[in-house]
Amino acid sequence: MTEQVSDALSQTTLDELRELAGRYPQARSALLPMLHLVQSAQGRVTTEGIAACAEILDLTEAEVSAVATFYTMYKRRPMGTHHVGVCTNTLCAIMGGDEIFERLCGHLDVGNDETTEDGQITLERVECNAACDFAPVMMVNWEFFDNQTPESAIEIVDKLRAGETVASPRGATITSWREAERVIAGFEDGRVDEGPAAGPASLAGLQIARERGWEAPPFQAEGPQSGRVSKSEAVAEADTRRAETETVTEQSAADVRSEETEATDD
Amino acid sequence: MTDVLTPVLTANWGDERAWTLEAYTARGGYRALDKALTMDPDAIIEEVKDAGLRGRGGAGFPTGMKWGFIPQDNPKPKYLVVNADESEPGTCKDIPLMMANPHVLVEGVIIASRAIRANHAFIYVRGEVLHVIRRLRAAVREAYEAGHLGRDIHGSGYDLDLIVHAGAGAYICGEETALLDSLEGRRGQPRLRPPFPAVAGLYASPTVVNNVESVASVPGIIAGGADWFASMGTEKSKGHGIFSLSGHVARPGQYEAPLGITLRELLELGGGMRPGSELKFWTPGGSSTPILTAEHLDIPLDFESVGEAGSMLGTRALQVFDQTTSVVRAVLRWTEFYKHESCGKCTPCREGTWWLVQTLRRLDEGQGRPGDIELLLDLCDNILGRAFCALGDGATSPITSAIQYFREEFEAGMTTPSRELFPPSASTLFAKEGAR
Repeated sequence: MTEQVSDALSQTTLDELRELAGRYPQARSALLPMLHLVQSAQGRVTTEGIAACAEILDLTEAEVSAVATFYTMYKRRPMGTHHVGVCTNTLCAIMGGDEIFERLCGHLDVGNDETTEDGQITLERVECNAACDFAPVMMVNWEFFDNQTPESAIEIVDKLRAGETVASPRGATITSWREAERVIAGFEDGRVDEGPAAGPASLAGLQIARERGWEAPPFQAEGPQSGRVSKSEAVAEADTRRAETETVTEQSAADVRSEETEATDD
Repeated sequence: MTDVLTPVLTANWGDERAWTLEAYTARGGYRALDKALTMDPDAIIEEVKDAGLRGRGGAGFPTGMKWGFIPQDNPKPKYLVVNADESEPGTCKDIPLMMANPHVLVEGVIIASRAIRANHAFIYVRGEVLHVIRRLRAAVREAYEAGHLGRDIHGSGYDLDLIVHAGAGAYICGEETALLDSLEGRRGQPRLRPPFPAVAGLYASPTVVNNVESVASVPGIIAGGADWFASMGTEKSKGHGIFSLSGHVARPGQYEAPLGITLRELLELGGGMRPGSELKFWTPGGSSTPILTAEHLDIPLDFESVGEAGSMLGTRALQVFDQTTSVVRAVLRWTEFYKHESCGKCTPCREGTWWLVQTLRRLDEGQGRPGDIELLLDLCDNILGRAFCALGDGATSPITSAIQYFREEFEAGMTTPSRELFPPSASTLFAKEGAR
């Protein structure tokens, strides 16, 4: 259910807010992470959360409010369990984002920046989320859902509303918007090793390069297996007069190259 | 001659658990750091200058020169801030880079920080990329555990702390001085320059702000040498760069190639346009770079050549649109973006983007008025060069370039809605009949 009354900030959260402030050379730098943590704890940026940040950072509440109202990720109204963002910036919109957003509005019976009656989904248009090669893109709690269609988007939100497990194809298992906000604030959740290193589009060029045997030039002292040559091999290959005696304390085979250059210059 | 594609930063993206320290080290990762720790900081700066690395965040300013601007006689602490706020529409290279290969960025941060003699560094990553934030935090934690970060790194006497800082949703924070204000816990609004960040940046101290890909390119330069890096690319635009192909193409994705490759070459690698599509217009480097057309397919994608063609290389964000796309609709949507993201600090941008959107909406609806095209051009003329930062300038780029190449579509907007001339459903990824 949508929270009507926020839980009071717990002592744990207050301690964590102070911890965030302590991570920076100047405490005020922690304000953005602290506001993320307030949202995580209370489901939105509350008046109480603003006051707590202000007190910890020795700012006025107005100064904190000014920041909280500037950034689109901060929500002043209660959020649904899940935040669903559909990219409707130009490229995604044209590739189908507009249609996906309209169909979701109809299916969920909400408009932009509104929450479903069951309190499960808050739907929002989002700006370019840096995944244009996967357009059209939908974000759930700021995890990527690539190459969407209206049907696939509806299927995902239906699963979320039914409490079924949903995983991002380029990320982790979906938890909740509040748990995501905690990670964004600066606390790891142990899900870093979920999901792949890269999606198919990210690998397009690499795959073509491999098929055709293309690669970057080798590092100059190392031969074709760049980055894989042991120091002794590199020294042997580099065939320099000074390398063997003078690279004792050095680690990188590339050092040999600069040594060689010097030797030649001598 | 180098190969057509030259994977360096992308080379390990297909590796098993590529994001881990173990996988990165197995490929020779952190050996450049070992070397850098034995080098004089000024020698690192010289190496990067010699390599000819130019900023990969859009402006193309020489990275080594930026580092050299840090006044080392200034007693204040020095800071390195990585701009990982990738938000320029069309730009999608840094996010997959940090997702798959965060350690190359961390290694680059350590080397760059040592070069400028910073003991604190920050990665300012946009907040809307949860899994990327996870991967960055884990990489930094692993680097601390391995002794690559912290006190007396590998016995060198050098100390460095690195903080991963997530933003909160504001395109303007990609502008380096707005980013610094945001990192200080304020609204992200640009600062008047001078003073430049090199003199008075974060906490009014000397600060270098570099793009993710720029910093990630540094370990290769140190390990492979300046000549190795400069063996790729063109005379004035050296090295490798990630080109991001998106839109109505057969194979969208990331292609790492020497600077100077053409869009035609990139398209041919991936099988051209999608079936039934013809290239209509494209952006070379995000929405803030003036659009180009099919006549520009053979322009080398380097800083100089794209500039001569009347646009900018920007972030190599190649958004490709076919004949089903309404230019007016595309430009309106970009303009709505700039209006939404305008920080409100200066009048030309705050008010100007508002009026641009109103005028473009009329044209998109087929209700344009005589003189609207001239009005748009006049508004752009009053924003370009008069706004506080580059956001305002960028907002005018799609409009003036689209009117230059497709004026007739704006004229059609006096009578006919764009959706009638170009039914949106034909453009989508899931269009039943393709682009035909």
